[in-house]
Amino acid sequence: MYMYQHSRLKTNRLGFFQKFRNFDYILLFCIIILGFVSLVTMYSTDGGQVLFHTKSHFTKLIVFTIMMLIISFINIKYWFALGYLSYLVVIGLLVGTYLFGITSSGSQRWINLYFINLQPSELMKVFIILCLAKYFHRMKLENVNSIYTILTSLIIIMLPMGLVIVQPDLGTSVLIGISGIAVLWFAGVNHKYFIYTMLGFVISLPFIIAFLKPYQKLRVLTFLNPDRDPLGAGYQIIQSKIAVGSGGIFGKGFLKGTQSYLEFLPEKHTDFIFTLFSEEFGFVGSAILLIIYAIIIYRIVVIGASCRSYFAKIFCYSFGAAIFVFITINMSMVLGLLPIVGSPLPIMSYGGSSMLATMIGFGIVMSARVHNQQLIA
Amino acid sequence: MINSSSDNVKKLNSINRRMFITGSLKFFIMVGIISRLFFLQVKENKKYLTLSDKNRIREWKLAPIRGEFHDYFGNVIAGNFEAYQLHIIPEQVDDFRYVIYRIKDLLELSDKEFKKVLKKKNEIKPWETLIVSDNLSWQKFSKINNHLYDLNGVKPVISISRSYPFKENFTHLIGYVSQANQNDIETTESIKKNFVPGLKVGKVGLEKTFEEKLIGTNDIERYEVNAYGRRISQLEFQKGEKGQTLRLTIDTEVQKLANELLKDQAGSICVMDIYTGAIIAMHSSPSFDPNLFVFGISKDDWQLIRNDPMKPLVNKTLQGNYSPGSTIKPIVALSALENGIIDTNFTVKCTGKNEMYGQTYHCWKKKGHGFVSLRNAMKQSCDTYFYEIARKLGVDRLSETAKKFGLGEKVFGDLFDIEKKGLIPNTQWKKNALGKGWLLGETIITGIGQGYIQTTPIQLCLMTAQIANGGYKIYPYIVAGDEQKNQPADKYTPLYENSKNIRIIKDAMFGSTNEVMGTSYKSRIDNPKYRFAGKTGTAQVKKITERDRELDLKTFEIPYEERDHALYVAFGPYKNPRYALSVIVEHGGNGSTTAAPMAKKLFKLIIDRHNLRQSMDDKRYLEI
Repeated sequence: MYMYQHSRLKTNRLGFFQKFRNFDYILLFCIIILGFVSLVTMYSTDGGQVLFHTKSHFTKLIVFTIMMLIISFINIKYWFALGYLSYLVVIGLLVGTYLFGITSSGSQRWINLYFINLQPSELMKVFIILCLAKYFHRMKLENVNSIYTILTSLIIIMLPMGLVIVQPDLGTSVLIGISGIAVLWFAGVNHKYFIYTMLGFVISLPFIIAFLKPYQKLRVLTFLNPDRDPLGAGYQIIQSKIAVGSGGIFGKGFLKGTQSYLEFLPEKHTDFIFTLFSEEFGFVGSAILLIIYAIIIYRIVVIGASCRSYFAKIFCYSFGAAIFVFITINMSMVLGLLPIVGSPLPIMSYGGSSMLATMIGFGIVMSARVHNQQLIA
Repeated sequence: MINSSSDNVKKLNSINRRMFITGSLKFFIMVGIISRLFFLQVKENKKYLTLSDKNRIREWKLAPIRGEFHDYFGNVIAGNFEAYQLHIIPEQVDDFRYVIYRIKDLLELSDKEFKKVLKKKNEIKPWETLIVSDNLSWQKFSKINNHLYDLNGVKPVISISRSYPFKENFTHLIGYVSQANQNDIETTESIKKNFVPGLKVGKVGLEKTFEEKLIGTNDIERYEVNAYGRRISQLEFQKGEKGQTLRLTIDTEVQKLANELLKDQAGSICVMDIYTGAIIAMHSSPSFDPNLFVFGISKDDWQLIRNDPMKPLVNKTLQGNYSPGSTIKPIVALSALENGIIDTNFTVKCTGKNEMYGQTYHCWKKKGHGFVSLRNAMKQSCDTYFYEIARKLGVDRLSETAKKFGLGEKVFGDLFDIEKKGLIPNTQWKKNALGKGWLLGETIITGIGQGYIQTTPIQLCLMTAQIANGGYKIYPYIVAGDEQKNQPADKYTPLYENSKNIRIIKDAMFGSTNEVMGTSYKSRIDNPKYRFAGKTGTAQVKKITERDRELDLKTFEIPYEERDHALYVAFGPYKNPRYALSVIVEHGGNGSTTAAPMAKKLFKLIIDRHNLRQSMDDKRYLEI
């Protein structure tokens, strides 16, 4: 009934200022705040100086925020139209990475696009959602659970996962899988499948571990008992916990995180940036950061709920869930709740591809918000 | 359209339902993460704060300043000096090659030393200190200082190190320090506690005995460090305490004289206060310069000391087991008197040799001494007389008296771990140690201090002191102030049965030195102020064969290793005795010609310095 009342808007073209009015300013504000916080933290990782990481992070923030705004001005139907193509382009990039990628610290994740070194696997985290959202957009609910649909969507998910796993990058591959599965979940795939898959996964866990590479096995063992090798495999997680724990309620103070500035923390620019933040700003700061993320996710879900088109809804819900998983996995990892898997904290972590993907996601969500009355045939 | 719209409704219902499920899941997970944060940051905060401090704060201990040794008059005999050192922190040097070659020229390092420095540089981290030279002369040190403008990153450093200003004079007594090794760290708690790389600890002598008192405590610097161990900033400096300074009873002048007298000879001199037991001098010769060991002795120097046939590494005063020779005769005579075997009128006819139990026993004087009484026998050191009274006395009663007077036992107890006990044989001992019965002939030669009997020079000195003080037990000590404490309660208990017997022995020793025909008559001092009494001794190193007796060679005609040891024990001044001494010159030939003249010179100095020493005592009591 809902949609008929507003059918007059069906072909309505929004003016520039109307689009502005339709913006979700709470979301935008939170993203900008988050960008600012990440910049401050990056400044701290550089030892209280404006050095390479801070400068580079700042530039990326500005460029990608502008890009997000541009994306949000483009009608959601064009993003719908680009769903499969963008997926195929990223698959192409992943193949390209496999063939001509840049190897760094043992894995081949980056591809040189002449103006930027890109990590296509990060982009895939978002574009797989776009692709699957389009795939399920027109599908009838009873068709969703057909073998054909499920197989097709599983292939869509498995293909990039496989390409990423050979890099090798288990963490990102798993996150791509989770993004894809989130779409399946919201598209209405029978919950029994999820339960069976879960059960199957738990049962086959020992076999999976048997097939893991030695360094991955080591990570699992280290997670179960970090003290088994405190200076080797367990070093990261032990130092990370020390940093967070020693932060206390109010933290050691900005630029006073001894664990990070005396270089006990590994990967403090990227995966472990939350540790540094938490050491310097304490429980209160960390809780506030979590609340900012929570608001962002909440707004994404609210935007999804306000959208008329099924595609936009499914994208927003799935993207919200995926962002949530990315944050949770990163935090659980640095707090010693999960084994170490390479997963950046969205926006906070240094890394262009991750930020680009997140900002594209935010942009599409914002576009869905701006064009929330848009129906897609 | 209806179908499709009803499908749409279904789809919307499904997606919204799942959105809510997901939302609540998200909520719970979020709560989980927040509680984990709370657990780590609020509940376990203390634990992690400690761990974080453990990470970032590191302590550096600096070598403690070692306590000094002073002699009785407060002269420093083992002190600390400022060693001029040259340190480089490689990372602070722009052009290491240039600087190190420049230093090589300035310090005139040999290629070998230079290679050692380069090797050391490769072993350390670039921000650690490279010690190029640990003990520079002032000239070289100032030369470096003059060229500092050219030597970026080079640090001239003044560090505290051990010095022994009297060089070889106190080596055996005080010992020396050198770098602590693994064994030192494991066995001594205070070294373990204060250990820093390069710490120098006592290796022998009093330096080792009093390690705990001397070592002091470290200065401690606390630094904030980064994950690679580099110092970022200093947080705290905690001053350590200097080790305790020990004042000894030694008189440096006497010690120096002892060293001079024994120059180029192997032997020992010790001097003791006969009432307090204070050691005035204690020297073993040859000695060596202990300063050589402080910064690690060079191979050449070490070989020179180790291979010296006179064995400078042996502390002969405490470790030398010598046959006492005739110096044992006062004890033999005393034992015979105490046991009522003889009296002063007992005489023996000495014909130069004596057949007993199918064996011939020779007196040192071929023609014999004729009829000799106790006093004469002591004076002229007649062997025949002592063969006879030893035979009558028996070794068991003799050993009892000898042990009473401190023979066969460590003089300093636990003070020196190297001290030897000597050996006072008796029938029981031989049965236990050798599994054979005692032979009477062995008793006879024990009577003139030959055979199994062995004594250390310090034991002979103590024996003489205890005769000189009228026969009372004393406990020798070296650290001043120990006479009030640390001394057993039985000091000054009488060692005699009848004090008359002690007086007889002392009188006989007086005769030996101050009367014509006495063995050390030539070394006498007529001035009553310095007059002393003593007993010579000549200990055979090998059995004298009949052929040797026919040849009757002079000392210098015999090979060094086969010459007799010369011994002398004495006390003085005779009228009112205060000091006792023992002199041993290894392979020195004859007690009366080699050892006794040394005693003469020593007594002259000791007695001259008596008043000064006395005034030190008075002063000390006034200070209290």
